Amino acid sequence: MSAGAGSRTRQARLTHRPVRSWLVAAGLLTGIVILSITALGMGDYPLNPAEVLVALTGGGGFDSTVVLQWRLPRITAALVFGTALALSGALFQTLTRNPLGSPDIIGFSTGAYTGVLLATVGLGGATVAGGAIGTSLGALIGGLGTALIVYLLAYRDGVQGFRLIVVGIGITAALHAVNSWILLRAQSETAMGAAIWGAGSLGLTSWSAVLPAIGIVLAVTPLLLLAVRPLRQLELGDDVAASHGVRVEPTRLAILGIGVLLTALVTAATGPIAFVALAAPQIARLLARSPGIPLVNSALMGALVLLGSDLIAQQALAQPIPVGMVTVVLGGGYLAALLAYQARKD
Amino acid sequence: MTAESGTLRRPGRPGLHPHALGRSATPRTTLALLLGLLVLGLLCLASVSIGSRGIGMDTVWAALSGGEVSATDRHAVLGLRLPRTLAAVVVGAALAVAGALMQSLTRNPLAEPGLLGVSAGSAFAVAIAIVGFGITSPLGYIWFALAGAFFATVAVALIGGMSAGKVDPMRMVLAGVALSAVLSGVIGALRLSDPRTFGALQVWEAGILAGRGLDVTLTVAPLVLLALIVALPLGKGLNTLALGDELAAALGVSLWKTRVLSILAITILAGGAAAIAGPIAFIGLMVPHAARFFAGADQRWVLLISLVFGPILMLTADIVARLIVWPGEMPVGLVSALLGAPVLVLLIRRRKALKL
Repeated sequence: MSAGAGSRTRQARLTHRPVRSWLVAAGLLTGIVILSITALGMGDYPLNPAEVLVALTGGGGFDSTVVLQWRLPRITAALVFGTALALSGALFQTLTRNPLGSPDIIGFSTGAYTGVLLATVGLGGATVAGGAIGTSLGALIGGLGTALIVYLLAYRDGVQGFRLIVVGIGITAALHAVNSWILLRAQSETAMGAAIWGAGSLGLTSWSAVLPAIGIVLAVTPLLLLAVRPLRQLELGDDVAASHGVRVEPTRLAILGIGVLLTALVTAATGPIAFVALAAPQIARLLARSPGIPLVNSALMGALVLLGSDLIAQQALAQPIPVGMVTVVLGGGYLAALLAYQARKD
Repeated sequence: MTAESGTLRRPGRPGLHPHALGRSATPRTTLALLLGLLVLGLLCLASVSIGSRGIGMDTVWAALSGGEVSATDRHAVLGLRLPRTLAAVVVGAALAVAGALMQSLTRNPLAEPGLLGVSAGSAFAVAIAIVGFGITSPLGYIWFALAGAFFATVAVALIGGMSAGKVDPMRMVLAGVALSAVLSGVIGALRLSDPRTFGALQVWEAGILAGRGLDVTLTVAPLVLLALIVALPLGKGLNTLALGDELAAALGVSLWKTRVLSILAITILAGGAAAIAGPIAFIGLMVPHAARFFAGADQRWVLLISLVFGPILMLTADIVARLIVWPGEMPVGLVSALLGAPVLVLLIRRRKALKL
């Protein structure tokens, strides 16, 4: 960051900020560990934290089977996918300079859903559970295709954040209509199955189901490291970035591509999980009081939010519900609370 | 009160001048209104004639005027298509005027019942009616839909900071998005908790006019009519509001009376439309823009033209819904979304300076 202003107070704030950031990161990490141990102990076969720790080291007999084979895959998935979604949201929000510029708002999730519906209901008629590859491919193609269309429609001498969001809202509405139509035409059992996927669920319960998805997401994450430097330059404004030798539009498109890819991979595995990408970076920014959107804290916050949401989805009601329904309610509630708070403060 | 946002562009033509308030209708406006009424009449006839089985105009006329027609034709015209046409006219008028009021009141060119969470409130209340009370007839939904619309409007106004005397359009839209999200999550959970009602909710949420009997429309229509009677004279107050709060107050206009009456009318109009047809998006967005194309920034004429253009768009959408997958038909709410989305995209692309 340029220290061109040189004012003493600003200098002090800049040196002070990382300390607070690190404290927030440490707090989030502690939260993740505590919540993970709690989650590993909860279920039809409850375990206390001490038993969980013993089981984790492999010395607990049946307890170890429960913890390592039954519960750990899902919790790992929640942590990795939460991280990926939050990072994706952080990239989008930084580029669009708008908290609403998250992948699910600009039509990505709905497009992925359209892809899945076409792959499962529209074409083959295969069930969602039976066609995991069809589902993933459908989600990828649908999501990426939608993102591309939204980007092209919003493009006009470059892409301005607000236009991107409104075009996204429009395309989302149209695709939503298409999805409803496919669901209305489908056999009710197929429709019900597709609707459960559409709600977004961490229903993957075995390592064999979780590992491939996690592997792919982890393989893509290093691309982010390449994006960090140009991202921070774009954050200072297009003109400043250009004067630093950044080719603005191609760079923006590439970073958006990485963000879309991350969301696409998670969505293919779980169905659309809304609001993690929107809320996690914002909460992380508020906690760390940072001027921009912090990547590391966003990632940690995403992991914590998705894990916590899944815990609520699993345990809070009489029967488990898809985690996407919990994130929608929590995320929407967070946004409403934030708005009400700001309205009172102003 | 200084709610004026510097980045905000008012809907309609810039540079509304106090002198403009007193102007009478231009030939262009009057022509639009008259042509609109003519088109509306033709569409009503078409709506009665077109369907899975086409009925000739002479037969339609005979059935309407009590002439000699077969029992099947009489039932199709009087029993099915006439109620449906009436429903489309009421819903279209309600949504369009609600949208015009919202855009003017919040000074937000993208405002409409769907975007500000009012439709989501109705949908939520109807879901409660279906899952919680086992109500499955549209007639039973009405009061739930109205109550849901009312609570959603109040909630969005409160979250958006209206109680503090501030109208921040961006914040109101965000509040609508947030509220819609929360409600849609709860609706989704309700839906999964009870697969039997899944189908009923699915159909209602798509937005549909087929099979809405006269009983539903005639129960809601008086309320909608009352709201329209309240809404149309608000044009003058809204014009003054557009000048800014200080100037409006200086001109001796009661800001709060205009605002409160507007919100009341919006609630009844949007809730009533949802009660009849389910949540139907984009009609409330598109029509006021078309109306402003003819009427400029004068809200009195925008409201009046919206009143005529709304039913036109709704009937067109409903006729398209019947033809597009003939001999079956598509829910009209899906057609309006498919028609409306490109308009929204065009709108945002054409107006370079459009900001919330």
